[in-house]
Amino acid sequence: MRIVVAKPGLDGHDRGAKVVARALRDAGHEVIYTGLRRTPAQIVATVRDEDARFLGLSSLSGAHGHLFPTICQLLRDEGLDDVVVFGGGIIPDADRPALHDAGMRAIFGPGTSTEAISAFVAEASSRDDAGVGAEGGWTWEA
Amino acid sequence: MDAASLAARLEAARDGSRRDLARLLTDVEDGRIAAADLGAQRAEGRSIAITGPPGVGKSCFIDHLLRAHAERDEPVALLAVDPSSALSGGALLGDRIRLTSPDDEVLAGRIYVRSIATRRSSGSIPSVLGDLVKVLHGCGWPLVIIETVGAGQSEVRCAAVADRIVLMEGPARGDAVQAEKAGLLELADLVLVNKADLDGAERHAAELRDSLALDGPDPPAVLLMSAQTGLGLPEALHALRTLESRPGSERARARERLANAAEARLVRHEDYEAILARIANGSLAPEDAVEVIWRGG
Repeated sequence: MRIVVAKPGLDGHDRGAKVVARALRDAGHEVIYTGLRRTPAQIVATVRDEDARFLGLSSLSGAHGHLFPTICQLLRDEGLDDVVVFGGGIIPDADRPALHDAGMRAIFGPGTSTEAISAFVAEASSRDDAGVGAEGGWTWEA
Repeated sequence: MDAASLAARLEAARDGSRRDLARLLTDVEDGRIAAADLGAQRAEGRSIAITGPPGVGKSCFIDHLLRAHAERDEPVALLAVDPSSALSGGALLGDRIRLTSPDDEVLAGRIYVRSIATRRSSGSIPSVLGDLVKVLHGCGWPLVIIETVGAGQSEVRCAAVADRIVLMEGPARGDAVQAEKAGLLELADLVLVNKADLDGAERHAAELRDSLALDGPDPPAVLLMSAQTGLGLPEALHALRTLESRPGSERARARERLANAAEARLVRHEDYEAILARIANGSLAPEDAVEVIWRGG
């Protein structure tokens, strides 16, 4: 599976993103890491050009409520409805329903095991309603 | 994929749809189609491999190279090859971390970047890479840069796919014998010694020149530059623009390409796994297996 791991916005903390990228590599996936401080448009262009099936977004800056839904909408605008989007970082529980409504299928917080993320990727890739443009609102329950 | 949807995807990619181009390249990478399936038209194009040891500054230099072409309104594509993990088959593809030119809103339309993992069957990646270059040429990307880590035989083979090969070296790389051991010096049409702002770069360049002079007439140029400070960068970019193939390197490249073709045929053989199992349990000698595969039996 080709997976883009990205850090949107002004946020210099990428240890979590790197740990997730390593874990996904060790689970046999091809992980494209964008590096820090990418804009939503840059991230969507990377997903498109790399023909990635998954996009993992990391944010520890508090701007997830704006950045994550913007990226989901741009993906749909590009016709990339089948891309599965998940997120991680410091995301308060209260913010999660809105992100799920925006098309994100999983939000992983601190303490998540790398096995859980691999299991999510396996489950989401076997479903046809996991893409950011899919109806039905399926979300991952660990 | 059926012929009609393949044709539609190809046409969309030629009309500038990056999404269709990306999916077409995935089809080639996964072995679902080959460049030959996309019609007989042979598009004109050039390909340049930039190779060299890890950490020597290839990505930083390539960022300058992409920018220079895009600013002249010349489309340029990059295939950035990184090794897959032998243990898991996964790969961490991080070349984009150092690339800023594809993020430039003005230039982005003229730069296409694709990360490629060598995957488990490293024997077939060079032939896949050759097909990816042809597909890009056919879809309006006349210049394709291939970035490979110059460590290991399969990476050398990847570089041999390109029309021209640029070897990047740096200071504190040991003596020139180290570069010769990697098997890349004889393939190079141009040698760039990066990080010329640091101690030891000039000495290393002199050693490389001495070593290359022993190979015969017309050795490749060895240029000092720094992707960080810009020292010697205009000269390096100009040299790439006008780069001619060196007579000696053509033969070395042909040898690698022949080995590529042979290895691709080997790993794609329908009985490849079964033959491996028989060699492993001792019931078949590797020399006899080659006979079986060559005769097409």
